[in-house]
Amino acid sequence: MPTSGTIRVVITGMGWVTPLGDTIEGVWRRLLSGDSGVVPITHFPASAMATNFAAQTPDVSLAQRFADPAPYIGVGLNTRFALTAAANAWKNAGLGDVSTPGASRAGCAHTPTERVGAYLGSGEGPPDFPAFSATNLAGWREETRAVDTRAWANAAYQNMSARCEVEQEPNMPLSHIAQAFAAYGPTYNCLTACAASTQAIGEASEIIRRDEADVMIVGGAHTMIHPLGVTGFIRLTALSSRAGDPARACRPFSLDRDGFVMGEGAGILILESLEHAQARNAQPLAEIVGFGSSADAFRITDIQPDGLGAKASMAHALQQAHINPHTTDESGRPPIHYISAHGTGTKENDSIETTGIKAVFADNAYKIPISSIKSMMGHLIAAAGAVEAITCVQTIRTGFVPPTINYTIPDPVCDLDYVPNQARDLNQTGGVKIALSNSFGFGGQNNTLIIKRFEP
Amino acid sequence: MTREIVITGLGAVTGFGVGAAALWDGLLAGQSTLGPITRFDASGFPSALASEIPDFSARKFVPKTYRKAVKVMARDIELAVGASLDAVHDAGLITKGTRDDDSTPLTYDPARVGCHIGAGLIACEIDELTAALSTSRNDAGEFDYEAWGRGAINNLTPLWLLKYLPNMLACHVTIIHDARGPSNTITCAEASGGLSIGESKRIIERGEADICFSGGAESKLNPMGMMRLEFAGRLARTEGITDGASLISPYDPDAPGSLLGEAGGIILLESKDTAAARNAGAYCQLAGAGAGQSPASDDPARRSVGLQNAIRAAIRSAGITPDQIQAILPHAAGVPDLDLEEAAALRAIFGDSLEKIPLVTLTPAIGETLAGAFGVAACVGALCVHHQTLPTRLHAGKCPSDLQAHAADQRDASIQHMLVCSSSLGGQNAAVILKRIDA
Repeated sequence: MPTSGTIRVVITGMGWVTPLGDTIEGVWRRLLSGDSGVVPITHFPASAMATNFAAQTPDVSLAQRFADPAPYIGVGLNTRFALTAAANAWKNAGLGDVSTPGASRAGCAHTPTERVGAYLGSGEGPPDFPAFSATNLAGWREETRAVDTRAWANAAYQNMSARCEVEQEPNMPLSHIAQAFAAYGPTYNCLTACAASTQAIGEASEIIRRDEADVMIVGGAHTMIHPLGVTGFIRLTALSSRAGDPARACRPFSLDRDGFVMGEGAGILILESLEHAQARNAQPLAEIVGFGSSADAFRITDIQPDGLGAKASMAHALQQAHINPHTTDESGRPPIHYISAHGTGTKENDSIETTGIKAVFADNAYKIPISSIKSMMGHLIAAAGAVEAITCVQTIRTGFVPPTINYTIPDPVCDLDYVPNQARDLNQTGGVKIALSNSFGFGGQNNTLIIKRFEP
Repeated sequence: MTREIVITGLGAVTGFGVGAAALWDGLLAGQSTLGPITRFDASGFPSALASEIPDFSARKFVPKTYRKAVKVMARDIELAVGASLDAVHDAGLITKGTRDDDSTPLTYDPARVGCHIGAGLIACEIDELTAALSTSRNDAGEFDYEAWGRGAINNLTPLWLLKYLPNMLACHVTIIHDARGPSNTITCAEASGGLSIGESKRIIERGEADICFSGGAESKLNPMGMMRLEFAGRLARTEGITDGASLISPYDPDAPGSLLGEAGGIILLESKDTAAARNAGAYCQLAGAGAGQSPASDDPARRSVGLQNAIRAAIRSAGITPDQIQAILPHAAGVPDLDLEEAAALRAIFGDSLEKIPLVTLTPAIGETLAGAFGVAACVGALCVHHQTLPTRLHAGKCPSDLQAHAADQRDASIQHMLVCSSSLGGQNAAVILKRIDA
């Protein structure tokens, strides 16, 4: 029973900070060119690790983007990414310009602040590993094989920065964004691992449909390219260990894929009720028409092998969008023209996602272009869904679909059209009118969005 | 027509032990669980008192086949798992995790069961991590990245990361009870549980689930977690004091701060129609929910706009007016700066009638339980409405005359609507309205 409301939810602004750059057009060009942002890790001395490469994103200067950057001195890298992407999205939407004093709400001066909210799927801030490890080792007692917590506390006061520790709480990017744009309506941060920002966008669109806000700042930001994050994923054997050629490491859907490659950054979108957007003469970039969410309820380490969770999440989203996946539309194609796959490049994800897509679309599955931009910008973890939603909007705006790069050997289990290695121009067949974006989290939380070309 | 939602199961793991019943009994008796920390040597911390849950392990609260998984559960996850089972039993549900054998029918189709469990930043266990880090030191005793990458990294258990992901609270609960509907993990500190309850409500209303696990859990009762809260300026200095309850005085401008607790609080929210179809009793109705963000400001009155927005949204969604609220369960941290903000919001909403509305405060009994707090508060609120009773209230100091937060005995009360609300470290605010089910 899908939501039946009359409020339509449109996307009116977008911003991203990614390993491939931080402008919409610039990153898009690189995605269509099949560029890789994967490089040897320089954030910390990682050369000896089994995986020593990642898609790193250059740090950003908030002083250039905010007329008053003072409140953000000492925030985490995830928050810096989030604020930058949000400033760009907010400006792109015509709501205001935080780089000009007094202009931060210039485009929405008459919108009450309680009608502007935010829903992020942001990850925790990066730990201050040098301070944390030094503190732990200062407290370590070999004879008891335990930390002497009295000594640990003394060392903590010596080593740690209070601000940095507090800024690691996962709601901090949200808190700073809410302040920067005076979003005093409903605010949420969810952290459902790699599905977080897709879930945030979906639930935020429901908040607008319920008429609890006119404008929602949505998306996510995350970085786990730090010693503990890389360690954690190496121990889970989730990362590619294809040393020597980082740019060619991430190979979604290819038979020789050996794991995902970490990325970092942020994606922020502005969602608005159509009525609010029209009242201020904003041009919608696309419309959110479907959202589905499910849990695998299977295992914390493995995905349900028949793709039941992925299937349920896609099926719910299609149902809400009133789309029958087995039909053919007026362009002679299946009713979904592009799927932005979760496509991490792990053996398990890519085969099970393929199974899930086939379970939903049956024969139509073979006719839908599917790609994974993670092959180029790595896996932005909690922020992945947001940059992939922006990618969907770009496919709608341009009619081009980005490739899955590093696709070398077909996998008999992954036998769909993954747009291998070359971007594709779909304009001859009608472009992209409707796109679907999948995000699946460790632990089995699945989310799907359906984004449609805006038609008045 | 919007679906009505009722609360049919309560689950809590708090300083009073396992069970919403134990919590309620302890509150009625006017007890506090705040005492010296025994979990670790806290003598190096300015705040060495807390509410600890004694002898708790999730091993007793999972099916035998799932016991191995307890090893990869941080304390926060264990609390969520324990509270969830308590709620399932209380609601009389048969789930995959509670049925005797595979042929026993389940109360609900797993696809119709959602799960929204709020969580905080989970600090890793320092003994476990440091045991591995200690194998990778250079001659100066400092951490050696090179040695770590080359092999010492393997001294860390393979599933280490999964122990600390905030969404693992919900993930373990969905696996144990086979809840395959929408599942989310809200991470907004003390507001997490309340925002989760709001999300569950909306998901049942829009027909995507019939029942949801909802609430939150957190334990910062470990050195790194507690140090973060200390850095945030929340905790009272406890030198020489052993009676924690003697420190906690919500809304007292001279209050010394709060004390840490740990808790899981999970309620089962059920569509009234499907609850009725299985003849389930309910504690109360969940009539409204709202959220709002506090502006950053040094002025508590300015900041209070966020909580006001949340309360107004909740009251609006319940279709009532502020004068219909007959009891309030606020966060009442006992931290002056926070309490000033909260009091300003309550005054703005309720005006002069605030002095006639009793407050229920939990911090003096179970401490600051962060992402666990709102789920626990919802359990207590549901019991207040159900029993038409206000528990004994503890208070160690003075509070303003227009706030009924001072020490008071248990008493009967007529409560048609009750507000449960919380601000948070970070400025997110949540509010829910509980409504008495007419006899």
